[in-house]
Amino acid sequence: MSVANTITKLRYRYLPDHMIGEILSKNWIDNAIPFLVMVAVVGVFGTLLPNFFSGSNMEILGRQYGEFALVVIAMMVVIVVGGIDLSVGSNFALGNFAMLYFLNLAELPTGVSALLVILICGGVGLINGLLIGYMRLRAFLTTLVTLIIVRAVVDMLLLEYAQQMSMSFYSSPLWDTMGMGGFGPLPFSFAVLVVVAVLGHIAITRSRPGWRALAIGGSRRSAYNIGLPVRRIVCSAYVLSGMLVGAAGVLYAARLSGAGTDTGMGMEIAALTAAILGGNSLGGGRGSVAKALIGAVTVLVLTNGVLRLGLNSGSGPMVLGLTLLAAVFIDVRWLKNRGKLLSKVYVSPTLMEMPQPRSTEDGPLAVNDRLSDVEVIALGKVESPEDVILDENDYLYSGSRHGDIIRYAPPNYTEHEVYAHIGGSPLGMAFDKDGNLLVCVGGMGLYRVDKDRNVTKVTDETNRSTFSVVDDSRLRLADDLDIAPDGKIYFSEATIRYEMHDWPVDALESRGNGRIICHDPKTGKTHTEIRNLVFPNGVCTSHDGQSILFAESWGCRVNRYWIAGPNKGKLEVLIDRLPGYPDNINRASDGTYWVAIMGMRSPALDLALRMPGFRRRMARRIAPDQWLYPNLNIGCVVRFNDKGEILESLWDRKAANHPMITSMREHKGWLYLGGITNNRIGRVRLKGMDDSWSGWSSYWGKKTGGQA
Amino acid sequence: MFGNSKKFGQEQIVFAITVAMFILFSLFLDNFLAADNIFALLRSVAVLGILGLGMLIVVLGRGIDLSLVANMAISVAWTLQLVGTGTPLGWAIAIGLGFALVMSLVSGLLIAYAEIPPLFATLAMGTFVYGFGRAHLITGTDVVYLPAEFGWASHIGQGRLYGVPVPVILAIAFAAVVYLFLKYTKPGQQIYAVGDNMAAARITGIPVRPILVLQYAIGGIVAFAAGLITATAVQSMNTRIVNSNMIYDVILIVVLGGVSLSGGRGNVRNVIVGTLLIGVLVNGMTIMDIQYTLQNVIKSLILLAAIVADSFINPRDEQTGQQGDI
Repeated sequence: MSVANTITKLRYRYLPDHMIGEILSKNWIDNAIPFLVMVAVVGVFGTLLPNFFSGSNMEILGRQYGEFALVVIAMMVVIVVGGIDLSVGSNFALGNFAMLYFLNLAELPTGVSALLVILICGGVGLINGLLIGYMRLRAFLTTLVTLIIVRAVVDMLLLEYAQQMSMSFYSSPLWDTMGMGGFGPLPFSFAVLVVVAVLGHIAITRSRPGWRALAIGGSRRSAYNIGLPVRRIVCSAYVLSGMLVGAAGVLYAARLSGAGTDTGMGMEIAALTAAILGGNSLGGGRGSVAKALIGAVTVLVLTNGVLRLGLNSGSGPMVLGLTLLAAVFIDVRWLKNRGKLLSKVYVSPTLMEMPQPRSTEDGPLAVNDRLSDVEVIALGKVESPEDVILDENDYLYSGSRHGDIIRYAPPNYTEHEVYAHIGGSPLGMAFDKDGNLLVCVGGMGLYRVDKDRNVTKVTDETNRSTFSVVDDSRLRLADDLDIAPDGKIYFSEATIRYEMHDWPVDALESRGNGRIICHDPKTGKTHTEIRNLVFPNGVCTSHDGQSILFAESWGCRVNRYWIAGPNKGKLEVLIDRLPGYPDNINRASDGTYWVAIMGMRSPALDLALRMPGFRRRMARRIAPDQWLYPNLNIGCVVRFNDKGEILESLWDRKAANHPMITSMREHKGWLYLGGITNNRIGRVRLKGMDDSWSGWSSYWGKKTGGQA
Repeated sequence: MFGNSKKFGQEQIVFAITVAMFILFSLFLDNFLAADNIFALLRSVAVLGILGLGMLIVVLGRGIDLSLVANMAISVAWTLQLVGTGTPLGWAIAIGLGFALVMSLVSGLLIAYAEIPPLFATLAMGTFVYGFGRAHLITGTDVVYLPAEFGWASHIGQGRLYGVPVPVILAIAFAAVVYLFLKYTKPGQQIYAVGDNMAAARITGIPVRPILVLQYAIGGIVAFAAGLITATAVQSMNTRIVNSNMIYDVILIVVLGGVSLSGGRGNVRNVIVGTLLIGVLVNGMTIMDIQYTLQNVIKSLILLAAIVADSFINPRDEQTGQQGDI
């Protein structure tokens, strides 16, 4: 039994299940299958064929690859915008012929000839582009027509000039370098490919035309509706495709110096197979240079390998046909099921053995009715005030789910106004020394609203962890903050795996997905202070300013982290075994602290937390609205001291006025209550507390004169 | 709003062009109007027309079958070879037909159940069928000649009935059967429904996937029949026909006549009109002794003109175009 327990514990501690979902959610995973196929094909033919990896064979392959991959990139460019170009084979033959014609018969210099060829092939692309982009013809049929016409033109030209061309033999240093030489070990065509690939990658991933092309491929209608020049971009994609094919034709001419009727025959199918095999989506919107390059390697090695294995004439097409089928099949299935698979495996629960909670039958946590006479503020006029705060002039501030900071005027707080609009979900708030309001905004980061109501971003990123799969440099769910005496801002990010609207799902995992982050306004730098916390939530600087207290909600504990003094850097548990999920923590007037309990633990969820397999099955098999979530309907407010002793608690036993509490703020003898699912703010009169105490003065001293 | 329901759609334009060219050729070309030449004209496009009918059925269901010619060439070449190596005629034909059927069924299954776009499924299947056939079925050269043992079946392509070449009669019979099938049978009507709006067809309870498979299966049978006529007419089957432009010619006659490639619209009449135009054109150009490659250019330009005309009659823009429709 205990051995089994130990194994379970070790398994959940060391097997990173959550990585599967995170890897699946990465964009580069699209390339994983094509890449594996490529490795397999290269491996198989590398072992079957003698001397496959020898230098000379690599050089020959590299030269062919340079030409072929250019054609595949050309195909990719049009596939990305949702088209197809079947004329690449004929266009390639045209480029080859034209190059030889210019050199041998027109006797033009190499550079000029190459440029002319690229322009001519671009012209064929332009015809395609005009017909498909501007006249909205179907790409498949249109390029089929240009395929036939260009092929016929090449055939006729060959009939006319082939004889003459075979008589003369052009030679120049540049031409010989293009055909046989290169740069060091790199064949010339391969070097050209490298340049084109790098430029193409930058263009497609980091330039406006590239992004627009992807947008059009993804949804032509939407792209049109947002005002993109759809027709022009589609047209230019075909022109670009034609020019790339022309370049490939020039390189082919340099390598073989011969034009035949079968030049480029069937190349459109090979290029199409390569583009699809690499993972470029038919119909557009998903494609990259890397995908084209991967597919080109696979197809080139495959066709060359089948040829060199000496199989009979039909085997090449047979293997190519089967590969194309398999590639499209995998592509279609992958696209269809990736999202489904991701949603099934992303939630990855871990083992969480919750200790027995403290009693709420007796002692300081005993249920009472002290919140039953809460005074209600702004009933029905505010939605989702997660945190509340008051300034020195007794104005009350709260966030709302619409992304506003709302300000209520004293003394009755019946009047309110939108103080500032930030966006996102404003959560925890704090005033700095100069009276600026700092706000943690879920989905956005840490923001500042100055006294002139200008909203500025303080930070929305931190340093990225070395081994994290998801990009944890971006702040997904900044939750609560507090400011240390030296001005450093400590704030919690509840989870790095879920967005704001999915925050309760993190409870199902109960893994340490959260962290405490520190921003130093003096240097403007942000860095992660503590990692792997279980939904860190409320943050509060201790009265002595030497440590911060923070709640770990799903862990039902409050921790202390020393930021100054002899214990600096030490992390310790201050209160554990809480009966509910602690949320925001704030100072109380008598040197103690308030903590909101946003929901109470239930035996069912506690049990489920010991059974990660059960929770995983639940996440996979039933709809999210039927999952077992923590209870977030009823909570209480608890006061504790620096030693971690619980002193008292305030409950609303009948759940009549203010049962849901995520934050509370003491101000001049009153306790103000906020709750993330509430449509109101509450306040209750405190007995025996300092009637003149305010939060701001507790942090920054008594107001003097006109300051603040 | 659609070509076929309009009084003057693509079909009428093409028909008018055909008639005009027919009159022009009759006036200016000697021997064009001779009975022998007219029969030769019809005979030359009979096979194309039959393949066009097969393609029509597939295109009506918003599909396309690029493996038609490969299927035709390999299945018939295998039949010829089997007969030549001593297999009884009936068996050989059954095996050839079976091969064509199985290959087209595989295409259909890939398209209907694996949801691979038809363009690529049939492109790949065509390549595969040709490669497989050349590698494992056809042992000799590219061309398989009609063996003497072919007996009565060789009349399919060569014979005449009341003076009319048998292929022409067969093409007319095929057209009649396909017409009746599309118009009066349940699957025929369901093909239209599937091609018109697949989602709606599925909701109404039409077995969409089996219908798709059926379309490609019919395509396979038609391909084999057309191949048999070709082989018996020219005494051989050249498997290199797969690498020719023939499949494009088939698409040409279907699209020319006004069949919509987005499915659901078109009928046998459209295919006949398209076939006649190509027949008249090719025949006239052959009499005028125009080079084969130039003929290809002219045919392609006409196809281009047809799809341009189609895009004017059935305009597609960013709002009406279907995503992923290439």
